[in-house]
Amino acid sequence: MYDFSYHKPGSVADAVKMLGADGEAKALAGGMTFIPVLKQRLNKPSAVVDLSAAGLSGIKLEGDKLIIGAMTTHATVASSPEVKKAIPALAHLANNIGDRQVRSRGTIGGSLANNDPSACYPSAVLALGATIHTNQRKVAADDYFQGMFATALEPGEIITAVEFPMAERAAYAKFPNPASRYAMVGVFVAKTAKGVRVAVTGAGQNGVFRHAAMEAALSTSFTPDAIKSVTTPADMMNADIHGSAAYRAHLVGVMAARAVAAA
Amino acid sequence: MIVDGIGASVKRVEDHRFLSGKGHYTDDMNRPGQTHAVFRRSDSPHARIKSIDIAAASKMAGVVAIFTGADLAAEGVGGVPCGWQIHNKDGSPMAEPMHPVLAIDKVRHVGDPIAMVVAETKQQAKDAAEAINIEFEELGGISDVRAAIAPGAPLVHDDVASNVCFDWHIGDKAATEAAFANAFKIIKLDLTNNRLVPNAMEPRAAISEYDISSGEYTLHTTSQNPHVIRLLMGAFVLHIPEHKLRVVAPDVGGGFGSKIFHYAEEAALTWAAAKVLRPIKWTADRSESFITDAHGRDHVSHAELAVAEDGKFLGLRVETLANMGAYLSTFAPSVPTYLSATLLAGVYTTPAIYAQVKAVFTHTVPVDAYRGAGRPEATFLLERIVDVAARDLGMDRVEIRRKNFIPADAFPYQTPIALQYDSGDYQTTLRECLRMADYDGFEARRKAAAAKGKLRGIGMSTYVEACGIAPSAVAGALGARAGLYEVANIRVHPTGSVTVFTGAHSHGQGHETTFAQLVADQLGIPFNQIEIVHGDTSKVPFGMGTYGSRSLSVGGSAMVKAMDKIILKGRKIAAHLMEASLDDVEFKDGKFTVTGTDKSKAFAEISLTAYVPHNYPIEELEPGLEETAFYDPKNFTYPGGCHICEVEIDPNTGTVAVINFTAVDDVGRVINPMIVEGQVQGGIAQGIGQALLEHAIYDESGQLLSGSMMDYTMPRADDLPNILVGTESTMCTHNPLGAKGVGEVGAIGSPPAVINAVVDALRDYDVRHLDMPATPAKIWGIINAHTLKMAAE
Repeated sequence: MYDFSYHKPGSVADAVKMLGADGEAKALAGGMTFIPVLKQRLNKPSAVVDLSAAGLSGIKLEGDKLIIGAMTTHATVASSPEVKKAIPALAHLANNIGDRQVRSRGTIGGSLANNDPSACYPSAVLALGATIHTNQRKVAADDYFQGMFATALEPGEIITAVEFPMAERAAYAKFPNPASRYAMVGVFVAKTAKGVRVAVTGAGQNGVFRHAAMEAALSTSFTPDAIKSVTTPADMMNADIHGSAAYRAHLVGVMAARAVAAA
Repeated sequence: MIVDGIGASVKRVEDHRFLSGKGHYTDDMNRPGQTHAVFRRSDSPHARIKSIDIAAASKMAGVVAIFTGADLAAEGVGGVPCGWQIHNKDGSPMAEPMHPVLAIDKVRHVGDPIAMVVAETKQQAKDAAEAINIEFEELGGISDVRAAIAPGAPLVHDDVASNVCFDWHIGDKAATEAAFANAFKIIKLDLTNNRLVPNAMEPRAAISEYDISSGEYTLHTTSQNPHVIRLLMGAFVLHIPEHKLRVVAPDVGGGFGSKIFHYAEEAALTWAAAKVLRPIKWTADRSESFITDAHGRDHVSHAELAVAEDGKFLGLRVETLANMGAYLSTFAPSVPTYLSATLLAGVYTTPAIYAQVKAVFTHTVPVDAYRGAGRPEATFLLERIVDVAARDLGMDRVEIRRKNFIPADAFPYQTPIALQYDSGDYQTTLRECLRMADYDGFEARRKAAAAKGKLRGIGMSTYVEACGIAPSAVAGALGARAGLYEVANIRVHPTGSVTVFTGAHSHGQGHETTFAQLVADQLGIPFNQIEIVHGDTSKVPFGMGTYGSRSLSVGGSAMVKAMDKIILKGRKIAAHLMEASLDDVEFKDGKFTVTGTDKSKAFAEISLTAYVPHNYPIEELEPGLEETAFYDPKNFTYPGGCHICEVEIDPNTGTVAVINFTAVDDVGRVINPMIVEGQVQGGIAQGIGQALLEHAIYDESGQLLSGSMMDYTMPRADDLPNILVGTESTMCTHNPLGAKGVGEVGAIGSPPAVINAVVDALRDYDVRHLDMPATPAKIWGIINAHTLKMAAE
């Protein structure tokens, strides 16, 4: 780790001010990716702005919306009665991220701001058609994810909360990378008032993506059989020492069928 | 009656401090005035160092000193030595290129140290290490043994042609060729034993100190054998005599072989302590461990088994390419040769065996002994080819093994490949393991799994291994540059409590418990009256350390010998006190008695007399009660047994789940059954890790692709089943305890059992063999290719 100055602002406004004042400053959410990156000296921020006291945690149900504060930890989401009631699949997803230590520190906002291509949360946000609240605006999930580690966030823009619509049916199935246990392939399927959406994380070359062919098939019939013959083009997939593109493409189908069956 | 003696599952006395954070590990220590070292290492697998500029780095905040290979060379610091010399087929010695402590002229693997920065803080040392300006000329590397011996491959050492360290053979070639000429069938198999990263929980660490007033060096280091480090580093690298060099290995958090070896960092730190005249501390980062701790395995073999029509094995020939990495680590040459090829008879009566091993330098981290060291490689090869032979002959896998077993009444058994097994009963361990694993009920379980869409398979391995490498004279004739005895010093204090100084070293094995039980049992004194001391060259007279499952069979035997001396002296004192002749004094259950009388003296009465010799045979006997024994074994010990693994494969994802694992091992005398069970389970966890999960993958040029826990799959608790452990022991015939050793059996016996089970589960997919690790991607690839082939037909 290189030396940096550390700030812990008490409000979003102060955090934004600190980040704006220093182009080399970085925001810290749970730090489950950022701290290891710092320890490996792969990033050299001048200042770290810790968002943990900025009043961004909490979960509330507002009518037909579930709103989760950006600094809410995975462990809190996993055990929340509100989440379990509104979208149990989301609690299930949160409960299977990393390990107990990671779940106690990692946050939904941090995960979405980082947009790691093998993180779990982006698939839920995209499949459920959630809305990202920032200190400046509201961004639809479809507009938010812009490729590996790339998002619609502007410099100085901080995620404050994520707003989920209710789901009639939803489930997440993950095939973990054997070593890291990040999603090698994770598929979130959801049926909401706006229709059926399928989002795939871990597998794609450009991060999380919607699976149009599966969405079409499941709109007709929300059953595992409906997507049996739907294929996933291997040329969109990642390949590495843990698996070929063809294997990942195959796993997208397997995980999607499992998610549909569980939903 | 000694409650906590031999055979009792005494809870480990060391665990209280380990589990409550009270252990005393090297990184827990801090010294007044301590500095911190960081090594600048090569990012390139193979490059010429054109220049090293430390000027800017030296001026940075907190920097105390920066040392390079040239600084060490200027003072005559030697290379890191190799402790085992192999000879080529033509009798010439192996190539033994210089291994500089810090690189000189060239770097030869990613992680090769180039400079050492000593600074006030670790952060400052890191900053300065980054600021050293090094100009490299990239030379292009190779990581694969086959590529390394191909014409035109870049040379790791300019003076080692074709990168071949040695080309060695063993066995009777002519007899083996004759056996093959008479074969009904020749079973051929190519296999790779996957390269592993040891990953002890505690990374390597060291603190060096130099006392200018006494001229004495002290090195605390994470070692399995501090005396060996003192000898190698003192005599060959730094030229410091033993009485001026103290090496201490305090609590050590796992070794698995990787902490046997003398590493360059230890020498650099010790040497530099006298330069900066302050203590220097270094602790490896986990990323650093991946590219500097000696790796394990990495053998590529071709094997051929000649069989008769009835399934009898007639002959075996094996050719192996063994990866040595960029430099020879301490015992690397012994691993593919005398620790592996000599084991190719296994538990079978194969009459003719011939093995050839070519050891090859590559631009990778040095490879050396890792839990099992050569024996897992031999066992995997044998137990795979036996299963393939059964398949090719249409024979039952149990039947072919039984037919070829060395019978229980054939011991001592001379194999055709050097070793002489003293005892064993392979039919019994197999029978018991089949029973415990409910082998007969397997087909019903296979059907039940199939009904759920799962592919269930069962596999076994029946194996023998060789531990407690010895005797010294034989090991020396085979190339060992060290003795292989063990040392025990038993100090009985005046009131009868005992301190045992052992040359063995515990880095998780539970020696403080097992050895105390052994001493309690033999001396008939309470367990809590015994203290086990190890790991400090200034306290323990000498020792060869702990590896190769030798601590009890060799180290424990030394204790028995030392205790025999204590008891004899005690009898002499007792004879004097009770006015009896020595022959009439017996020692039993902590008491010296005169046979045929009711006279007796307690152990503590005798020890007190020894130290307060008022009424004492002072003319014949010195006061005091302390004895030392050096025990040099007559032979290896030969643990063995049977492992049975049952797996379930999800054909949709290729995931392999180990459902059941049963091990019945013959480890000789058991002192603490609970510790034995734990050792077997731990070894099996590592064996399952090798079989299904772990793989150190290099790209062609020598960049480590699985260089962190993000990509290197260590076994986790949820990867493992409940492991059922049984023991069916025959006694070792040549050591006083009958002990054979247990540290490595799990890692040796289990990998082929797992792969045999996986291959069995894939019986409908036309699989003859698959190499480890059996990852989901690999299994799905096999299933998918077969499905596509069937569809095409």
